[in-house]
Amino acid sequence: MELNFKHQQAAHCENGVTTNLLQHAGINQITEPLVFGIGAGIFYIHIPFMKINGGPAISFRTMPGQIFSRTCNALGVPVVRKKFSSKADAQKYLDNCLQAGQPAGCQVGVYYLTYFPKEFRFHFNAHNLVIYGKEDNIYKVSDPVMETVTTISAPDLERVRFAQGALAPKGQIYYPKSAVNITDEQIKKAIVKGIKHASWFMAETPVPILGVAGIRFTAGRIKQWREEVGERKGGLFLAQLVRMQEEIGTGGGGFRFVYAAFLQQAYNFIPNETLLEVSKQFTSIGDLWRTAAVQASGIYKGRLTSQQEFNVMSDMVMDIAAKERVAFKTLYNIKWKQ
Amino acid sequence: MKKEEIPQDPSPLDKFTKEVCYAVDESGKYEAGLSRGWQVKADALGITWQEAKARTEDARKKVELGEASPILFFMELNLMDLSIVSAYTGFWQWTIKRHFKPAVFNKLSEKKLQQYADIFDVSLNDLKTMNVDGIKF
Repeated sequence: MELNFKHQQAAHCENGVTTNLLQHAGINQITEPLVFGIGAGIFYIHIPFMKINGGPAISFRTMPGQIFSRTCNALGVPVVRKKFSSKADAQKYLDNCLQAGQPAGCQVGVYYLTYFPKEFRFHFNAHNLVIYGKEDNIYKVSDPVMETVTTISAPDLERVRFAQGALAPKGQIYYPKSAVNITDEQIKKAIVKGIKHASWFMAETPVPILGVAGIRFTAGRIKQWREEVGERKGGLFLAQLVRMQEEIGTGGGGFRFVYAAFLQQAYNFIPNETLLEVSKQFTSIGDLWRTAAVQASGIYKGRLTSQQEFNVMSDMVMDIAAKERVAFKTLYNIKWKQ
Repeated sequence: MKKEEIPQDPSPLDKFTKEVCYAVDESGKYEAGLSRGWQVKADALGITWQEAKARTEDARKKVELGEASPILFFMELNLMDLSIVSAYTGFWQWTIKRHFKPAVFNKLSEKKLQQYADIFDVSLNDLKTMNVDGIKF
């Protein structure tokens, strides 16, 4: 059995799943950048004293599930979300969804994800995909980071739905409860809500490891790495930062380009010139992140080794933090009611 | 990033898919484009794997010298740490550390060994002999 589901590739998995599921539910105006902006997906955290794969715990994205929930919430779309303790129940629930004609979003771990090539299989549990059909115990998969649809066997799907470790998916399944009609007015409101949330989080939270302050924290740490853990390990830490920022699923530049695209599309709904200005700022901020990544690669490839090079890297990130602060402050201070 | 600047470097992504990037066209309008890969991030991925490989080789040597059991080797081979092995097997972390000792490992029941073999995707025999075709990566 195969449901009529339109697979559209996206830069980021949860954006893609949300976009595709919402379009399936009848919201034709929705795009990936809109989902990312309304869901306030732009984010930064650097958790001290915690290690991921032996490197710094840095994230450019919100907790898994948040983009979908926030977007649906802001648009007033009712959501079904379920976790399971029993693997059999999880599969039965999914099969019932398909029987009822409902494609379902699933959170999975990528380590045992059979159709991913070995190079990309890490213990990362916040990947998202849509199951839209089943034939002879083989599920049909719309994985938004891929150009085309694919398949996975029932036992393999069970394994990734019950991946273990940090952010274990616990068979999590989610989808919009019913088909809906959304007016442009509702989208406008949702855009404002998303911008308010993201700009508040990035520029205003008084926690030194979150948002722009978190970026400054990372910049400060980079300066210390060479002394603390040595050139090689320091390089590995930078490689981890670059992977979080650029690896498949980020759209490059740590999501900054997707956010810039969102602000441009937001302008089509709310013609406020500030949105276009800030969009331009984010384009250049994304470029700066990529320039910093080039500097980092010089270090982790062993071409640049002196403390001076770590300082240059640190200053680049510090500069980015300053520019992001200005951009998010501008968004935060927009007077929406005229 | 401008549309014509979207990197198209050969990378491990070639075996998989092209990825979506957002970039601006001549008029400054954002559009989605496809990228084949970017050398900078292919290198970041590459050295991450090099490091994993080095850790696995270290573990193999330790096992061969009788300083550790194959559990340590397979843990590194599968990019896991104690918390992940513990989450998959249900063993406490200190229990797993005990299983790292060859003397303890040699007395483990078939049932416990099978639990390890399952998460490491190997047969019981291969688990004991570390018989994997070289390094998987």
